[in-house]
Amino acid sequence: MNSAPLLSVEKVRKAFGGLVAVNDVDFTVKQSELIGLIGPNGSGKTTMMNLISGALKPTSGTVRLAGEVISDMPAHRIAQRGVARTFQLVRILPSLSAIENVIAGAVFGHVRAWGDDAYREAEVLLERVGLGGRGNVPTGSMTYIDQKRLELARALASNPRLLLLDEWLAGLNPSELKIGIELIRDLREDGRTIIMVEHVMDAIRSLCDRCVVMSSGVKIADGSVHDVLSQPEVVSAYLGTEDA
Amino acid sequence: MDILVTGTVLGGTYALIALGLTLQYGVARIMNLANGENLVLACFCAFWLYTAASINPILGILIIAPAAFALNWAIYVFAMKPLVDRAKNRGQLEIDSILATFGLMFIMQGVMLLVFGGQYFSYNFLSEPVRILGENYGLNRIVSLGAATLIAIALYVFLYRTRFGTAVRAVSVSPQSASLVAIDVPRMSAFAFALGGGLTAAGGSLLSTYYTFNSSMGVIFTMKALIIVIMGGVGDVRGAVLAALLLGLAETAVASLIDPGLTLAATYTLFILVLLFRPQGIFGRQTA
Amino acid sequence: MSLMNEKEQRIAAIALMLFGAAAMIPFADDGYYLSLCVNIVMYAVLCTAWTLFSGPTHYISLATAAFFGIGTYSVGLGIDTLPFPLLVAIAAVASGVLAGLVGVATLRLSGVYFVIFTLGLAELVRQVVTWLQVKFLGSVGLYVFTDMTEKHIFWMLLALAAVVYITGWLVNRSRLGFALRIIGNDETVARHVGIDVARAKVILFMISGAFIGITGAILAPRFAYVEPPSAFNPVISFQVVIMALLGGTGRLWAPLLGVIPFTILFDRISASFPNHTSLLIGVAFMAIVYFLPRGVMGLIDDFRARHAKSRHAAAGVPEAAE
Repeated sequence: MNSAPLLSVEKVRKAFGGLVAVNDVDFTVKQSELIGLIGPNGSGKTTMMNLISGALKPTSGTVRLAGEVISDMPAHRIAQRGVARTFQLVRILPSLSAIENVIAGAVFGHVRAWGDDAYREAEVLLERVGLGGRGNVPTGSMTYIDQKRLELARALASNPRLLLLDEWLAGLNPSELKIGIELIRDLREDGRTIIMVEHVMDAIRSLCDRCVVMSSGVKIADGSVHDVLSQPEVVSAYLGTEDA
Repeated sequence: MDILVTGTVLGGTYALIALGLTLQYGVARIMNLANGENLVLACFCAFWLYTAASINPILGILIIAPAAFALNWAIYVFAMKPLVDRAKNRGQLEIDSILATFGLMFIMQGVMLLVFGGQYFSYNFLSEPVRILGENYGLNRIVSLGAATLIAIALYVFLYRTRFGTAVRAVSVSPQSASLVAIDVPRMSAFAFALGGGLTAAGGSLLSTYYTFNSSMGVIFTMKALIIVIMGGVGDVRGAVLAALLLGLAETAVASLIDPGLTLAATYTLFILVLLFRPQGIFGRQTA
Repeated sequence: MSLMNEKEQRIAAIALMLFGAAAMIPFADDGYYLSLCVNIVMYAVLCTAWTLFSGPTHYISLATAAFFGIGTYSVGLGIDTLPFPLLVAIAAVASGVLAGLVGVATLRLSGVYFVIFTLGLAELVRQVVTWLQVKFLGSVGLYVFTDMTEKHIFWMLLALAAVVYITGWLVNRSRLGFALRIIGNDETVARHVGIDVARAKVILFMISGAFIGITGAILAPRFAYVEPPSAFNPVISFQVVIMALLGGTGRLWAPLLGVIPFTILFDRISASFPNHTSLLIGVAFMAIVYFLPRGVMGLIDDFRARHAKSRHAAAGVPEAAE
């Protein structure tokens, strides 16, 4: 792999009426990098994820995946190019069985499979996220962490080039959190490229190579986790300044 | 010129029906497909009041609109509220309310067919001509346009200049936030639904003064009103009025210039243009 | 993946027997009951085709009368010059194309827009057809004289029903069918796993519309005289919605559970109380919304679930593994 960025976000802006949610943000993600996208509530992180995955179209600016402009594509085409995501509020397909939920990620996405192949791969993925042998369990009776695991397996099913995790660790209790962090660490060790939006700072510290910090729609810091978290702008964005 | 005046009169009546529907859909979140039947019922009531009790249909509005208000309040409370409470999401409510109001539409239509039969009705009211810019028009049309204008202005003032009206609009923007600022959302929804029914009935009384009507024509009016609501942007009063006038003019133009049998084609052409280019409505803002 | 598993083979065998038995009906009766059976099979095809699209997507289509009328008209216009099978094919293409156009204009938007658009579609097409006929043909009626009788129509409809069921079965096990199940669950997820949601809906709507058009074409010889108000009768659209929802939309054969009782009921009511059909339709809609939101099929499923539960409880089996 060369060092050219897998994803580059160039001067991306998103305005809702008069409100600018993302204000000319630039950053890049290299192949096999795990970066954290952090910032206080309402700073535009989820909007940024939606812009990358195509749920929203940027008002201006471009997003490139391996050099190709994806910001003018509809969401399904971006998914086919190899961007998979999980959702801030977990979205399970309730009338499908667990294994079908995973297969759903494999059939139409980046690397496609259908029939028995898709089924076998889905079983492997369920095993991997810790749901081995539970493919036929009705999804409605699953616990919250199991639903999150299932959503992750669905996102992995297309073997995506870029994985977007939108607060995937939020709402887990301490022991579940440990399992969750291990799972993401595993993915990183496989060489997967991941952007995670997260509030859980322990996870950011222990997992991320690099961090992008947003505040009020603007990127205020970008660098290694340790450096970034000691910058005064970042501290004041989280804790507030005296004159704010 | 003739097209302009006739079209505006028609548009004025459409505006009242559409305003009724936009309140019901925009605020109470019920797509009321029985609204046209409500209109036809008002036509029959105005007819009956005029022929049996010699009550002037313009004054008749004072009886018909409150009665329709009460009827629609009852419909909301007894038929629609259970669906609102049961729905898990907006989509479910949409489907349920569409089906339920279809049921209502056929039941109202069925009852009217049994009572009045399928033939056309009309009556003479203020049918003497008036001259405007060298052309003759029925006085009834001009009077009903005037009445429609007054009612629409009154509604606008109510919604935009009073506290209560602001509460109604707040529910239309966001029921969740409205309930946070102590607005009684279920009550407001019932009120808006009832007010919408009253407005439509007022439109029906006016329509009956110059239009021949029968028991089964409601659905065409429902459809036109729906199209106007979408063209104007759901819940948008100005948009609805403008779209109604546009539709009235377009229909009149097609009817007199091409063929009276193609009015619906005119409606649909406008509808398709709006769907393709401005699905959020004429004045609507693109939202995420 | 094997062609059919054991359960599917059993269903196929039963279906084959039922179709065989149904095909014998014209030999038993050639009058009232045959014509009732024609109605039943016609509505079975219409409702199943309707459910093919509306079941998974939850869009309520009222375009049935428009597609049906186009089918009837294709035959009416061409019967003197072209062979019947070709006209049926033309009917399928014409209504499929109309469905595609309607779909492209409306299926990107929410369900309400779609309902409204299809509500007026039959009336719109009727106006346009009437206008064109008056302008270019000089009259509005068309005669359809063929040597086809009620029993030929019945057999053709029965064959069409078989094709519709097989198509439905093939769609359900295809990627398209799977995509639609995902769309029916959550459109946002569907988009983000790479499904072109609008295209999937339009394709299915076209398939559904084409079948409805074919039904209209097959029925044309029955009318003998075709004119716009009878060909584009909007009541058909509503009847189809009621019957399909009454039966249930979750399974391919579920609409049949609504079609059979409602067709018979409607036939009785319109024979004895012709002025009460509107009321009947209205009451049926209300009954579905308030008492049978998932149709007869829903009742059966509930019953089965309760039954299975009590059996599991008796055997001490945890109920999670369905």
